[in-house]
Amino acid sequence: MSGHVFHPGHEELHGVTVVVQDAEGRTYVGRYHERTARGILMHDVAVHDPAATPMSAADWLARQRKFGVQISQRHVMLPGDLAGGIRRLIDV
Amino acid sequence: MPYDERLVAPMRAELTRLDVKELKTVAEVDAVLGDPKGTQLVFVNSVCGCAAGAARPGLAVALQHKVRPEANYSVFAGQDLEATARARSYFADYQPSSPSIALLRDGEVVFFMHRYQIEGQGPQSIAAALTAAFDQYCAA
Repeated sequence: MSGHVFHPGHEELHGVTVVVQDAEGRTYVGRYHERTARGILMHDVAVHDPAATPMSAADWLARQRKFGVQISQRHVMLPGDLAGGIRRLIDV
Repeated sequence: MPYDERLVAPMRAELTRLDVKELKTVAEVDAVLGDPKGTQLVFVNSVCGCAAGAARPGLAVALQHKVRPEANYSVFAGQDLEATARARSYFADYQPSSPSIALLRDGEVVFFMHRYQIEGQGPQSIAAALTAAFDQYCAA
């Protein structure tokens, strides 16, 4: 649904569940809130840290898609210089 | 904290007028989901204007399909807290989100639409996903 703004008056991704990977290889799934000077603010976030689990990021993402976002952090601020882009979970 | 009932009443009515039975107490939930027979759809309603605002009309379109669940229920997240928690206990493998839609067959979850699958989708898209599930799991 390109060009559709989920919450009018906000950025296109505001309120949408997205997938972001940081420069250290951690993967975050959560609701995008906004991009600020400090970075990207997300709410209700699940985190995959390859250093902390033997499960691959792909398997972990598949689990989030099937069973829903397993929230471990209410709010996360990610630095703007992300390794990858921001993708909608539904598109992953 | 629940919203003013005057605000959510139209959101409840949007489903009840489709003959979706609203479950407002634990006893009402247990009476139907605790004795599962056939196919049951549970719509977890929400005040979220953007997601639920598309999901409710999406369900309305889907329920016009020739193949439908045998029974359709709703609980209201953030409003009827105990009933919603109890309903979610019947699909506890799935993380809570609202709105969301569960389809059960003889008590087993056979299809689940999470909030992330509703965000940004229009009613027709949501209806298409639901009717595909109805065809797969509700056909005699």
